[in-house]
Amino acid sequence: MEFIEFKDCTKIYKNGVTGIVNANLNISKGEFVFIIGHTASGKSTLIKLLYREEKPSSGSVYVGGVDVAKLRNNKIYKLRRKIGIVFQDFKLLPKLTAYENVAYSLESYGMKKSEIRPLVIAALDHVGLKDKTRSFPYQLSGGEQQRVCIARAIVNKPKLLICDEPTGNLDPDTSKEIMDVISKINKELGTTVVMATHDKDIVNRMKKRVVVIKEGLINKDTLKGSYKE
Amino acid sequence: MRIFRIIGRSIEASVKSIFRNFSLSMASITCTIITLILVGVGILFSYNINNITKDIENELTIVILMDKEITEEELVNTEKNLKEVHNVDEVKFISKEEIKNDLVEQNETYAKIVETWEEDENPLQDSFVITVKEVKDINETATTIKNLDKVGLVKYGESMVNDLINIFDIVKNATIGLVIALVLVTTFLIANTIKITIFSRRNEIDIMRLVGTSNSVIKLPFIFEGFLLGTIGSILPILIIILGYTWVYNSLSAANLSSILNVVRLTAPNSIIYSTSLILFGIGSIVGMLGSLRAVRRYLTI
Ligand SMILES: Nc1ncnc2c1ncn2[C@@H]1O[C@H](COP(=O)(O)OP(=O)(O)OP(=O)(O)O)[C@@H](O)[C@H]1O
Ligand SMILES: [Mg+2]
Repeated sequence: MEFIEFKDCTKIYKNGVTGIVNANLNISKGEFVFIIGHTASGKSTLIKLLYREEKPSSGSVYVGGVDVAKLRNNKIYKLRRKIGIVFQDFKLLPKLTAYENVAYSLESYGMKKSEIRPLVIAALDHVGLKDKTRSFPYQLSGGEQQRVCIARAIVNKPKLLICDEPTGNLDPDTSKEIMDVISKINKELGTTVVMATHDKDIVNRMKKRVVVIKEGLINKDTLKGSYKE
Repeated sequence: MRIFRIIGRSIEASVKSIFRNFSLSMASITCTIITLILVGVGILFSYNINNITKDIENELTIVILMDKEITEEELVNTEKNLKEVHNVDEVKFISKEEIKNDLVEQNETYAKIVETWEEDENPLQDSFVITVKEVKDINETATTIKNLDKVGLVKYGESMVNDLINIFDIVKNATIGLVIALVLVTTFLIANTIKITIFSRRNEIDIMRLVGTSNSVIKLPFIFEGFLLGTIGSILPILIIILGYTWVYNSLSAANLSSILNVVRLTAPNSIIYSTSLILFGIGSIVGMLGSLRAVRRYLTI
């Protein structure tokens, strides 16, 4: 069994809107996969199914051998601890410093401060933010804030990093830097990366596997693909 | 230990949150204070009322004055009959000689009056003093006794005492009702405070869920917050109860009121103020936790 498997997975929202239709998709450990498609095509839906923000209407989603759809509500946190998630809008806590934002999850797991510290420093180091640990989000640029988010996502050494348009709010140069950070994590830590994006330049430059979604259907799946209309 | 670290961090978060929503927290705490002061006063009040009522009941007796012309034999018979009357507890015979001696001893005026009597003369009557098992039924018992042979006068403190006991009962029930209403209002207020906290921390809760914080750890700070609001609210009432009751007790003793109103004797503060404090603390913390549990169950859907 592959690391990630969508099997005949369909998501129809409560209001009747179709998110994803009959998706079948396998992703191996260590892969880097782009999910592309027009707006409202269902990219975010596919990603939300991975970390059980949404539950499939039918079919199943396996992550690391576990059928995510069957997880009980009060067990979802176990899945989330194995997944790092990065968003377009960062979702940082404004009253906490960069360090505290990254340490936050580990503290809530009840880890010792002395165990947390090296993990946080290592994560911040990975994203190249070692010298801004004491800054609050409002004191950081967009790119730096996104680095903090990535550090937070990888601090618990997850096997899977999920990104939903991580460069959506960033200028092209900063986007490129962020992509460098993410692909470094993919290469050096062997973390599987699944990324939804609109950014043609990035997709074309990286030459990674590309999955195209159109109106909820998986339309195309090419290794070393590019963003074509 | 992991669990202690989690609890410690939750308490830290809840304290911060109380200060962040300061005015709202103060409203909850104030309401708790008012409720608990009333509960405390109510407890001390009913405790004392109970004791006083019991004292009164214990002192409540039926006094029977026998006819003047009565033989030894008739007295013995009457005593036997009295003991068989329903609801009679103890029967004590006091002969007219004893009463006469009592009078002489009691004060000089009485003694002088008694001196004017002839050697064998004794206009007093032999009497019985009876205590009953159930004060409520004292009326019937007295009526039964009145119908016995050779019984002259039957006296007992009837309606005044009963009225007093009834008033005490009404006050007690009203207090209980008021306290229940206030406890409900306080629970509701605390629940509301926690609800606002939950809403103001929506963002944070969403992020916690994303990064894999377990549901119980997410909920814990809110439970602690309610608990803290309740316990903080119980501090002032406890102080007021301890200091206030001791003060009232001391000033009543100092004013020697207890000798004037023989029955109004307050229970000594020692044990009662501490057990009452413990009850107030318990109610405060339980009400706080119930309030936050209610809010968490309703508004923290995860
Ligand atoms: N919670 C929801 N309830 C109802 N409908 C939803 C919900 N989330 C998404 N949808 C709908 O599902 C469809 C797919 O949305 P989705 O967010 O997956 O698109 P997307 O490809 O991520 O778009 P974008 O590129 O704009 O982010 C859209 O029509 C959207 O309106
Ligand atoms: Mg989207």
